[in-house]
Amino acid sequence: MAVERLVVADRTAFLRRPDYRTVRVLALLGVVVLWELVTRTGWVSSLFLPAPSGVLAEGLDMARSGQLLVHLVTSLERLAWGFGVGAVTGVGVGVAVGFFALADAVVQPIIAATFPIPKIALLPLLILWLGIGEASKVAVVALGVFFPMAINTYAGVRQADPLLIRAAVSFGAGRWSVIRKVVLPSALPMIFAGLKLGAGTALLLLVAAEQIAADAGIGFLILQSGNLMETTRLMVGIVVLSLLGVASYWAIGALERAVIRWRHT
Amino acid sequence: MRVVVEHLDKTYHDRRGRDVVALRQVDFAVEAREFVAVLGPSGCGKSTLLGIIAGLLPATSGRVYFEGEPRPGRAPVTATVFQEFALFPWRTVRANVELGLEELGVAGREREERTRRYLDMTGLAGFEGKYPHQLSGGMRQRVGIARALAVEPAVLLLDEPFSALDAQTRTLMMDELLGIWERTRQTILYVTHNIQEAVFMADRVIVLSRRPGEVLEAVPIELPRPRRESQQGDPVFVQTADRIWGLIKSQAQAALLDDQTVTEAEG
Repeated sequence: MAVERLVVADRTAFLRRPDYRTVRVLALLGVVVLWELVTRTGWVSSLFLPAPSGVLAEGLDMARSGQLLVHLVTSLERLAWGFGVGAVTGVGVGVAVGFFALADAVVQPIIAATFPIPKIALLPLLILWLGIGEASKVAVVALGVFFPMAINTYAGVRQADPLLIRAAVSFGAGRWSVIRKVVLPSALPMIFAGLKLGAGTALLLLVAAEQIAADAGIGFLILQSGNLMETTRLMVGIVVLSLLGVASYWAIGALERAVIRWRHT
Repeated sequence: MRVVVEHLDKTYHDRRGRDVVALRQVDFAVEAREFVAVLGPSGCGKSTLLGIIAGLLPATSGRVYFEGEPRPGRAPVTATVFQEFALFPWRTVRANVELGLEELGVAGREREERTRRYLDMTGLAGFEGKYPHQLSGGMRQRVGIARALAVEPAVLLLDEPFSALDAQTRTLMMDELLGIWERTRQTILYVTHNIQEAVFMADRVIVLSRRPGEVLEAVPIELPRPRRESQQGDPVFVQTADRIWGLIKSQAQAALLDDQTVTEAEG
């Protein structure tokens, strides 16, 4: 009698998601090479799209002369202050609203009413109040960071496991101990998600504010270069912004891994 | 310390706003240094009862009190071991055990020594630096037990501490808990739905009825100590377990058929 033998094959093979590390690098390199080719061959005028090699050379030039540093440091200072103030107040308000019912009742409707306002629309008002100097730019960045931080922290606090809160109380923890030892650690993953969101918003608002009223900063550099048709300088500004975005995302991720060591990974 | 539970009632509202009586006129006492198990079918409110004794849930009426020699300083009366362990995932084993001591204000050398003593007692030496998610279920509950013992409570409350563990681990952990109790001789109130567990460990088993939870009977366990696993074949053991099963069998069957037990929020 004929015998049939059926060997089991892995039927989930098509679900696998390999890392493709080299492809990641090649994809980015490919875009840069294509960009270089398109401008080298004269297919696109360098007035509209300067070659990456030109942008790099201009960037190094500006770095050497020190002007890039001036713009970068000015922007970074505004970012640091705005981001810091927005994040700290956001976490504070988020914890208070998430934990105390009275704070929730007072603050929740106010946040719901003010959150949808595009923050950049407040810049003229902030300039009126705080002047055209650094304070108004820092304030608009801080506002942009505050909302995602407060909302994310609130959500994180609300998600704290009631069993863990009861366990802490059973071992004698009072209100402040519960906040410090249970609620805050529970909210940390959401707080870091808020930081990542806030970093994007901060960059957006910073550049917008610097294009409205500033005499230094990356946003100012981009606007001024555009007005003077200095496309290469303009591209340097854009590349710096891209690098800033990537760097802040990476830095927050690194901080998250250092702080949240208990995660399952 | 003695634990006295007097005329305890607990009614809560379910999601449709109906009153559900979880406990009705529950009266019993646990003598100092006694090991008492509270046993009942699912949905009898036994965890609710423990929560009220721990001060984590308000009673509707009646009261719970402790009596005995005054305790020094801020030494807590009760400490709870939770069914789902309730370890803090962001704290290492050591830091979990230290939590109660921090809240008590025990610091420095003494905190270190007490933590070490109870880590050793529960077989956790060498695991101090691990996070809970790196441990097996049995090891996690050891942390839960060490954390509760570390505050040196007058009454140790255990809420189905081993029901989330596999059968073999559970047997080992029961042995270890008995070993610890024989050394420390604290008053223990141990909630379980497992008859063998209750009979094997306790001096007395308080049998609760299904909702509303009422005390059906307090069954003394006439088995000599120290208890050994081999006693589970002892005629006294078998008869006592049978008798308790007779008390709750019909109720457990009713619980099985009642879909409410699935949605019930037993604290």
